[in-house]
Amino acid sequence: MTPVLVLASRHDRLLSWDWIGDHTDEIWERTLQHLQLTGYAVGIGFVIAMAMALVSLRWRRAYAPLAAFSGTLYSIPSLALFAILVPYTGLGFRPVLIALVTYTLLILLRNIVAGVDGVPPDVVEAAEGMGYEPWRRFLAVDLRLATPAIIGGIRVATVTVIGLVTVGALVGSGGYGVFINDGLSRSFSTPILVGGGLSIAMALAFDLLLTLLQRLVTPWARPGAGR
Amino acid sequence: MSTPAAIRLHQLTKRYPGADDLAVDHLDLTVPAGEIAVLVGPSGCGKTTTLKMVNRLIEPTSGTVEIDGRPAGEVPVHELRRGIGYVIQHTGLFPHKTVAANIATVPRLLGWDTRRTRDRVEELVDLLGLDRTLLDRYPSALSGGQQQRVGVARALAADPPILLMDEPYSAVDPIVRARLQDELLELQRRLRKTIVLVTHDVDEAIKLGDRMVILNVGGVLEQAGPPAEVLAEPASPFVASFLGEERGLKRLSLLHVRDITPDDGPVVDLGATVAHAREVMQQHRVDWVGVREGDRLLGWHWGTDLDGAGTVEADGIEPFRAVVSPATTLRAALDGIVGSRTNVAVVVDDDGRYRGMVRIDEISERVR
Repeated sequence: MTPVLVLASRHDRLLSWDWIGDHTDEIWERTLQHLQLTGYAVGIGFVIAMAMALVSLRWRRAYAPLAAFSGTLYSIPSLALFAILVPYTGLGFRPVLIALVTYTLLILLRNIVAGVDGVPPDVVEAAEGMGYEPWRRFLAVDLRLATPAIIGGIRVATVTVIGLVTVGALVGSGGYGVFINDGLSRSFSTPILVGGGLSIAMALAFDLLLTLLQRLVTPWARPGAGR
Repeated sequence: MSTPAAIRLHQLTKRYPGADDLAVDHLDLTVPAGEIAVLVGPSGCGKTTTLKMVNRLIEPTSGTVEIDGRPAGEVPVHELRRGIGYVIQHTGLFPHKTVAANIATVPRLLGWDTRRTRDRVEELVDLLGLDRTLLDRYPSALSGGQQQRVGVARALAADPPILLMDEPYSAVDPIVRARLQDELLELQRRLRKTIVLVTHDVDEAIKLGDRMVILNVGGVLEQAGPPAEVLAEPASPFVASFLGEERGLKRLSLLHVRDITPDDGPVVDLGATVAHAREVMQQHRVDWVGVREGDRLLGWHWGTDLDGAGTVEADGIEPFRAVVSPATTLRAALDGIVGSRTNVAVVVDDDGRYRGMVRIDEISERVR
C-alpha cells in the first residue's frame, strides 16, 4: 500500500482542521483507551516480571530459562501474536493486552535483575553486618538502589507499548490506531497524521516523565549530591 | 556506656563447601574485654573468615564463638549483629542515604525514637571529628577519610561493646591511614571497646594491637601475643619472616623516649669558662658541647670553635637537629640521631624545657 500517493489525489491538504474540530470527543476517547491499555500492560507486566525477578534472584538457575522464555515471547512479531491469540480470546481489548504484557516481560525482568545485581557487594555485606533481616535488606537496600535501573526498564517498556497499542487497533483494541486504520482505508491523511502524531507525542511525554521520575527518586545520583 | 565484652573462640573451624583445605583450623583465641586484637597474615590465612564468624556472616563448620560467655550461635542472628559494630574495607556506606541516615542505621533497626537517634548521631559526628554540615550529604560527596570516619560512627551508633573491623584502612592513602589509626587509638582510649581488626599490614598490627594474632595459610595460628613480645621472640621461622626486615626498628616503634632515662649529656651553662667546657667534653668523650640557659638548651659548639675564647657564648651556636619529646617513639628518636652531627637526640618536654639527651647505645640496649 502506498497511502501518501493516494492521499494527494483525494484531498487538497494533508491536514484537515475541520475534521479535527469535529472529532475532539473521539480523539479524547481514543487517548483514554490508549493510556488505559498502556497502563494495564505495563502494570500487569511489572507485577509478573517482578515475580519472575524474585524467583531468579532467589534461585539463580531459574534466571536463564525465564529470560529465554520472555525473550522468545519478545521475538514474536506483534501482529502475528495478536492473530494467534484472537481464536482464544476473541477480538478486542484482551488479545492485545495479553500480547503487550508479554512484550514488557523481557525488558522489565532484565532491568530488575541487573539493577539488583548492580548493588555493590560491600553495601550488601555492610547491611547484613548491621543486622538487617533479609527481606528488610532487600526492600530498603537492594531494591532501593536498583530503582534507577527498574524505572529505566519501565520507561523503555512504556514507550514500546505505546507504539504497539497502535497496531492493536487492527484486532479491535481501540486507541490511536483506529484513526490510522480509518485513514488508510479511506485514503484520508488527517486521521493518520492525528493518530500517528498523538501516539508519538504520548511516547515522548512518558519518556520525559519517567526520566524526570528517575532523577527525582535518586537524589544521591545527581552531580554534586547534597552539597 | 556499654560494658566491654570478651570474645572467646574455641576450636573454631571453617571448611568452605567443595574445598579440600580448611580456611580456619581449630582456632583457640581469647580477646579480653576492652582490648584490640589484630588478626594478621598472608592472603588465604582465614583472617577475614575468622572475623566474619564472630558476627555470623559466615557460620563455622565446627567450634564455637563465645561473647561474654554466651555462644554466638544461640543468639538470634540479627540481634547478635545489632550488638556488634562492623566496619569494612570500602566502608560499605549506603550510597542512597545521607550521612546522618547512614549513622542512624542500627538505632533505627533497634527502633530508637527520632530524638534519641538524632542526638546520638550528632554526638558521634562530634566524637569522630566530622563537621555537622556533612550530615545532610550523600557519601559520594565525602573524601575517603571522611567516609571511613562515617563508617566507624555508623558502627558505634548503638554503642555496641564489640567492634569488628575488616581491613578498615586499606582503601585510603598512607597519610590518611596513619591519621585514622591514631584517631582509632585515641577513640579506644576513651571508649574501651573490644575490637577485632583484620589487616595484611604488619606495621598496622604492631601499631594498633594490644595483641597481634598471626595466622598462616590454612587458618593455622602461628603466634598470639602483645606486639613487643612477638617481635622480641617470634615463635616460628614463619612469624620471623612475616614480621619481615627491621624487626629491631619495629620494636623500637613500640617504645618511647619516656621509657628510658635520658642523661644530662655534655652540657654547660651559657657563660661558663671554656676550660670547664673542655672538661665536660672530655668526661663524655665528645668533641662538642651543649649550651644551656636556665631550663632551655640553646644549641652546641664544636670544641675547636672555642679555641681562643674565654667563656662559652651564644654567638655562632649550632641548633640541635634532633629534638624529641617523651612521647616520641624510640624509632623516631633513632632516626633523628642518625641524621644529627652530634649523634644525640635532645629531649624537651611539652613546655620546651630541656630534659636530657638520648644516645644511640641507650636505644640499642632496649632491643638487645
